Amino acid sequence: MPKIIKDLNVVEDSWQVWRDTESLPTSGGYIVPLALWQAHKDALLALGDIAVFLASDQSPKLLGADINSFALIAVDFPKFADGRGFSYGRELREQHGFTGELRAIGDFMRDQLYFLKRCGFNSFALQSDELDEALASFNDFSDAYQPSIDQALPIFRRR
Amino acid sequence: MYAYDQFDRQLVSQRVAQFRDQTQRYLEGKISDEQFLPLRLQNGLYIQRLAPMLRIAVPYGTLNAEQLRKLASITRKYDKGYAHISTRQNVQLNWPKLEEVPDILEELAEVEMHAVQTSGNCIRNVTADQFSGVAADEVEDARAYCEIIRQWSTFHPEFAFLPRKFKIAVCGSASDRAAVMVHDIGLQIVKDAAGNTAFKVIVGGGLGRTPVIGSVINEALEPKHLLTYLEAILRVYNQLGRRDNKFKARIKILVRAMGAEAFKADVEKEWAHIKDGALSLTDEEISRAQSFFQPPAYESLPQQDMQALALENADFARWLQHNTHAHKVAGYRIVTLALKTTGVAPGDVTAEQLEVIADLGERYGFGEIRSTHQQNIVLPDVRQQDLLALWKELVELEVASPVVGTLNDIICCPGGDFCSLANAKSIPIAEAIQRRFEDLDYVYDLGEIELNISGCMNACGHHHIGNIGILGVDKKGQEFYQISLGGSQGLDASIGKILGPSFAQDEVPNVIEKVLETFVSLRQPEERFLDTFRRVGMDPFKERAYA
Ligand code: SF4
Repeated sequence: MPKIIKDLNVVEDSWQVWRDTESLPTSGGYIVPLALWQAHKDALLALGDIAVFLASDQSPKLLGADINSFALIAVDFPKFADGRGFSYGRELREQHGFTGELRAIGDFMRDQLYFLKRCGFNSFALQSDELDEALASFNDFSDAYQPSIDQALPIFRRR
Repeated sequence: MYAYDQFDRQLVSQRVAQFRDQTQRYLEGKISDEQFLPLRLQNGLYIQRLAPMLRIAVPYGTLNAEQLRKLASITRKYDKGYAHISTRQNVQLNWPKLEEVPDILEELAEVEMHAVQTSGNCIRNVTADQFSGVAADEVEDARAYCEIIRQWSTFHPEFAFLPRKFKIAVCGSASDRAAVMVHDIGLQIVKDAAGNTAFKVIVGGGLGRTPVIGSVINEALEPKHLLTYLEAILRVYNQLGRRDNKFKARIKILVRAMGAEAFKADVEKEWAHIKDGALSLTDEEISRAQSFFQPPAYESLPQQDMQALALENADFARWLQHNTHAHKVAGYRIVTLALKTTGVAPGDVTAEQLEVIADLGERYGFGEIRSTHQQNIVLPDVRQQDLLALWKELVELEVASPVVGTLNDIICCPGGDFCSLANAKSIPIAEAIQRRFEDLDYVYDLGEIELNISGCMNACGHHHIGNIGILGVDKKGQEFYQISLGGSQGLDASIGKILGPSFAQDEVPNVIEKVLETFVSLRQPEERFLDTFRRVGMDPFKERAYA
């Protein structure tokens, strides 16, 4: 089973990403594109555990009322320089109250883990052979000026 | 000025450790060039034409003597003994070694300095009026708010990978010295009828390839909402700004495409979620920030008549007129040190000069020194009675050219001599113009003129808002220069219009001379270049230049 980082640990994980937007998988255990979900909701639910991923140009608002029915929502980073997903993470947590697993997938890098975590991500399908080493990046900073998911108060309310 | 507490100190030292580790992994081949790029840029490190360039942050242009001495020692130890003041008030080193950058950052941290977010697609170092806190025409000191914005934007987790760079400027004076109309966000401090402070919020201004004057989306924002409102603007931009074309990725393109009204509506929708939340500023926080910018211990001195002072000596009188400005406290004057010596790149300053300036800042003031976007240095608190003595020392130091605000106070980017993006050199153009117009009486007669030079479309030399702008262009592999007229920065900012086909390097001083002759022949008494241009339009200038 492939390894990912989840809740600050390296763990084995069985979710697979299904990128085909036309045909359906034949079993559960897949993270499917938003478009597939929107078109085949019932058929997908019948397969078992299904999660959904947002492409970088798909706002969480497009999930509508379904958001809190998912155990896992993933955000796909097409390139590490595309930072839209950071805003989507905060929006899912702060505006939609999503409490399930929020996973980063695609092309992001170790040096973004700290910021991703602050934006509400708690699992990371990081493309790297050195996942254990990468954990160190969560500790790049021990505190922050701004409020975010992991710290509700800005430093100026704690000084 | 702001002083770090344990929290700020820890954050900056963790940043140094983070970048040291990243550099190490890059040198070991564990981080690709492509991945290292944003990491190094967010620490101010460019790979330039000849060597790396390190851009050190000078938050809103405020420095102290100790920091200047540290910069001097760093330029000696790691560079070639000089530094460069950029058009965004920062300090640049042109010759550091990649492997030594973490050491430089560590030394900077000792004096509460860093290179955080001085480049890259993130919120850049916030800039302000260089006369904040001392200007006679000030509405309110911008620096406390700049510091609040600096802290909010530093390592902001959501906005480190924006579509493009993002620049914020704050101005607290009636006359805009921070160019708020041409920033991604400009904040102009205003007072409402009851005397309460508020911010006029301007978005989507910018220079570069597509110069745009910003749109006002909020006439009077209460200070407690400052950060939540900024956060809402950034969140809209982060999600909707174009990422398919780097030349269309700035917020100005988004605001223009959506229309300012629709953009504002989106911002307010986003704002509704966070307004009055934890990020709302408290009165305590605003007072805490302001406590760092309290007036120093000014003596009560009589205000001296500047005319009488000027009688001392003719050279001194010229300097007094051009390089000093009115101070809000009686008996004091703001002094600008011109880093515009002919033959030296505008904004360059040697280690020796930095050290002497540090001493002067202590002897003739309270140890505070400012950098300006016109690439000069300011001593903000000089007693009028000391002006003559200070002037003598500045003459020795070769930073007393009495040209501030004149044609020869040229703003100029590093251009083709250093910058890998350049189409053409810019420093030799500045020098050629300064040499052509050595006759100061002629220069003074011309009055207030801003001449700005950029080596390419990126417009680091702010050529669009120069009364005369010069832009380096590439014409079939040759370096050519396009000239524009009528740009201006202030609150009535305008983008310069192009004079016509571009010129070869050696033609530039002649063309500038023709433009100036046209101005002199058409001006009405006491009229500034900009006013004449606005009155008569481009045609007479064009006829003469291409005759
Ligand atoms: S304007 Fe162009 S040439 Fe000049 S410093 Fe900026 S990028 Fe380089």
